[in-house]
Amino acid sequence: MFNNFIVLDVESGCVHLVDELTFKILDCVNFKDPASALKELVLKFKDYEEKEISERFEELLFLYKKEMLFSEFSNFNFNETKNKAAIKAVCLHIAHDCNLRCKYCFASTGDFKQGRMLMSFEVAKAAVDFLIKNSQKRKNLEIDFFGGEPLLNFEVLKKTIEYAREKEKKFNKNFRFTVTTNGVLLNSEKIKYINENMHNVVLSLDGRKEVNNKFRITENGQGSYDLVIEKFKEFAKVRGKKNYYIRGTFTKNNLDFVKDFIHFHENGFNNISIEPVVCEKEKEYAINEEDLPKIFNEYEKLAELIIKEKESGGDVNFFHFNLDLTQGPCILKRIRGCGCGCEYVAISPEGDIFPCHQFVGEKKWLMGNLLKETFNETLKEKFEEVNLLNKKDCLKCWAKYYCGGGCNANNFKYAGDVLKPYLISCEMEKKRVECAIAIKAVLEKNKTKIKV
Amino acid sequence: MKHIETLNEKTLKNCYCQTC
Repeated sequence: MFNNFIVLDVESGCVHLVDELTFKILDCVNFKDPASALKELVLKFKDYEEKEISERFEELLFLYKKEMLFSEFSNFNFNETKNKAAIKAVCLHIAHDCNLRCKYCFASTGDFKQGRMLMSFEVAKAAVDFLIKNSQKRKNLEIDFFGGEPLLNFEVLKKTIEYAREKEKKFNKNFRFTVTTNGVLLNSEKIKYINENMHNVVLSLDGRKEVNNKFRITENGQGSYDLVIEKFKEFAKVRGKKNYYIRGTFTKNNLDFVKDFIHFHENGFNNISIEPVVCEKEKEYAINEEDLPKIFNEYEKLAELIIKEKESGGDVNFFHFNLDLTQGPCILKRIRGCGCGCEYVAISPEGDIFPCHQFVGEKKWLMGNLLKETFNETLKEKFEEVNLLNKKDCLKCWAKYYCGGGCNANNFKYAGDVLKPYLISCEMEKKRVECAIAIKAVLEKNKTKIKV
Repeated sequence: MKHIETLNEKTLKNCYCQTC
């Protein structure tokens, strides 16, 4: 990729930059009997001097012996060493209502097909108590204010934060809050409050005005871009270096989403996420298999753009290209993935508990109710088993330790089983991981001027 | 090494946060 030969050793996570001949040798090398393997290679690559082959073979053999190449699968004793999952995050649906009517909304334009309603403070308080009670010894807990549009219920949002803060000292907890907003109700006062109280903020907008206004519309059918863009720009300015993302959705209608990325960046946003729409394949804007080559090409263009930006000292981030090769997440997290249903749950305005926000409204996955003080521990334990090691298709995948097994809700909705990966999402995820690794490799190579 | 540059010496073979 990008005129480089990059090798990922799947089971160790090692990434190697190699030259072209080494790359070719890797295709046919075997270390079971090194002496005869080298002889075979010399015979096979007759156009090269023996020294050229043997030097490379010795380097590869060295890495093989250190378990940095062709390393073998291990389950890391996961089943023996894993801890019982503690719930440490809740997605609080404080509003099942919205002031926009986005056509692709997975939440059925905000009400999750449950009827439009706002969460009472009583339910929000019960959610905080539930989180404290079920978090075992976890200190850092997270509450994501979600909807619908959470700013429709701003007073409950503020009171919930105040209530959680009151509990921190007594229970030795530290709450981190996040909010996802469409920005319609933002004003200077709310921007100030959100900036001061939120650990992370997600701003929903799709990019270029014409792209955004095709799907993100008001109740009257008007485009929402002009309603929110200046508010978002003000927020990003106030926010500075603190965590936030401007988050767009791309559909079949804007497979040229790099232009939307550039649009965001030109408008002063440095932390950008653009997600593929996920919906029934019959929808006219659905992303299907025939769109993948174009999308792959677009991700590569985006990776090249980011390399150029980084090399010229720019500070722009694409959510899915964030990757730490030297100290990524712990083994348990890589295997357990997103933690939906066992580390993370969603709460509806009525206090119903679901495995995550994508499952809300799916009666089959109802885990309990806060006001009735019910919680299905058996279902939670089942979700602890919905991990990488039990996803047979994922175990064969080279990207498994970067992806963690994908989105369980999408697996269920579009592949029919939480353990069965939804292939279109998989293919896009693999491309994003490939690009993320390539960015790291190219930046490292250019930094050290190594000659491979 | 002359022909191979390894980007990460620390690997999953040689730790057993926020939760999407």
